[in-house]
Amino acid sequence: MNNQYDMLSPEALAKIDREVAKYPADQKQSAVMAALVIAQDEKGWLSQETIAAVAAYLGMAPVAAYEVASFYNMYDLQPVGKYKLTVCTNLPCALSGGVHAADYVKEKLGIDFNETTADGKFTLKEGECMGACGDAPVMLVNNKRMCSFMLPEQIDKLLAECK
Amino acid sequence: MALIDTINPLLTTGWSKGDAGWSLKDYEARGGYAQLKRILASKMPQDDLIAEVKKSSLRGRGGAGFPTGLKWSFMPKAAPEKYVVCNTDEGEPGTFKDRDLLRFDPHSTIEGMIIAGYAVGAKRGYNYIHGEIFDIYQRFEEALDQARAAGYLGDNILGSGFSFDLFAHHGWGAYICGEETGLLESIEGKKGQPRYKPPFPANFGLYGKPTTINNTETFAAIPFILGMGGEAYLNLGKPNNGGTKLFSVSGHVNRPGNYEVPMGTPFAKLLEMAGGMRGGRKLKAVIPGGSSAPVLPADIIMDCTMDYDSIAKAGSMLGSGAVIVMDETVCMVKALERLAYFYFEESCGQCTPCREGSGWLYRVVHRIEHGEGRADDLDLLNRVTDNMMGKTICALADAAAFPVRSFIKHFQSEFEYHIEHKKCLVDPAVQRAGSGFFKAGAA
Ligand SMILES: Cc1cc2nc3c(=O)[nH]c(=O)nc-3n(C[C@H](O)[C@H](O)[C@H](O)COP(=O)(O)O)c2cc1C
Ligand code: FES
Repeated sequence: MNNQYDMLSPEALAKIDREVAKYPADQKQSAVMAALVIAQDEKGWLSQETIAAVAAYLGMAPVAAYEVASFYNMYDLQPVGKYKLTVCTNLPCALSGGVHAADYVKEKLGIDFNETTADGKFTLKEGECMGACGDAPVMLVNNKRMCSFMLPEQIDKLLAECK
Repeated sequence: MALIDTINPLLTTGWSKGDAGWSLKDYEARGGYAQLKRILASKMPQDDLIAEVKKSSLRGRGGAGFPTGLKWSFMPKAAPEKYVVCNTDEGEPGTFKDRDLLRFDPHSTIEGMIIAGYAVGAKRGYNYIHGEIFDIYQRFEEALDQARAAGYLGDNILGSGFSFDLFAHHGWGAYICGEETGLLESIEGKKGQPRYKPPFPANFGLYGKPTTINNTETFAAIPFILGMGGEAYLNLGKPNNGGTKLFSVSGHVNRPGNYEVPMGTPFAKLLEMAGGMRGGRKLKAVIPGGSSAPVLPADIIMDCTMDYDSIAKAGSMLGSGAVIVMDETVCMVKALERLAYFYFEESCGQCTPCREGSGWLYRVVHRIEHGEGRADDLDLLNRVTDNMMGKTICALADAAAFPVRSFIKHFQSEFEYHIEHKKCLVDPAVQRAGSGFFKAGAA
């Protein structure tokens, strides 16, 4: 290794640079949340080494980056399946089937929350309010794709789509 | 979801074309950026601008309802470096208005923020966007690029000598970052743990500099207020409750969605706009201002108008304007259990009363729901909330306590039934059918 962060691709580092540019020159640390997302997208999850690489790139102590990675819910500090499904079960969604949608996915995949299917394809997570309660039931695929009105047919379709 | 119904649309004027009406050209075609141009061209004195906002009686739409003009006037004049920050963290269960504002009309928020920057003398702003809505974050960044290309952002805006730039910061899943000082910590690249106040953000905000922080809907209202004048805006609503407000209606209604109505609109009217009760079932209770607001039983809420003062008089809060509607299929113990879990899960852990208290609340409600409640559990719950409210750095502890106290207060007999009979008052099959997830008749 030439430096502490060459485990991240040049493309990822360029994306991080774009984030750093949003903040005052002496406030690089402000980009750590975005940088960890970029690293997680590239590596699939955040290992200690990946977090340390992000910290090194931003000139932070590794523990400061780790504190951030462990504070926010959408960072994965353990490997997850190819598709991470997060189902919102908070009250407004539950009134329109959020919990039932989660139960339905559990039964279809044969896993509980925080488990991954044996083939490594799906991980299931319980989510909190995603600010989309009018579209309940809602779920997120890999943190970035929001799916609305997830009744049984839509869930079947989504699972079939995830190859 | 695009706009369904509204009375007196301001914030939602741009929503009628759904996803096709958000870009800069559309916004300009409906009069967008005209207020910014007028202010810059006339070199409007900052104090006049703030006075106009004060006149409108606009109150912060993020939850606390603090008068916006007054908040802006707290910013120190002389400070060389100041910030404007927008709170689109929108994690309060039931709230989904800011998402639609940025989805269908991001430029009204951008224009509002630039005008705020001018009013308080800030040169830089950030919009903190809720982690789960990546597509909205992307759209906002695109809208920023459009505004920058058109000369509305950057150095020397429209040749006026005023400079302001604006950036988006994407959250990543932490309710506490909706609290304004937790949010500022988060932008600084730290855990989102709220700060002691005072000092307030107007004196010690982002990077320790004076900062004005407002909710998305608050900023979005600014161009409309300046367009029609503060007084006309105030008169849309009622005294001390100016203007229109977005209500996110969720739960057991036929048409969940966002509805913009004048402050002071009867709750019954809002319910009717949302299509009435699903399946014609009976209204049981409503949480009128996001999950942190005390619940109100049907007979009380049906007599309320939707504004800060009426809802406060009824014993709750207008909060973020998230109206969670529950019908007779709901077990109130189960509903409260889910909310208690949320606050337990999202407490940032820095204050002992909140960290420990939220866990106690969840565990005790959980055991009542699961048939293991004890005779003195309701007293215990109320005692725990006594030890939480007003005893912490931020209001999350109060937000966790309000639902518990109000659910017990208004539905005490249902909780007692649960403890005594070790089961729900509402038949589980009825509860199951209530969500509408399973087709009638299916297993
Ligand atoms: C636990 C907690 C969560 C909050 N979440 C939000 C939020 O998601 N969005 C928001 O605008 N305000 C939220 N607030 C209120 C903010 O602290 C702040 O009052 C608000 O952003 C100020 O803007 P306004 O005056 O325009 O309402 C929250 C407060 C607390 C205590
Ligand atoms: S409760 Fe599920 S998105 Fe709000």
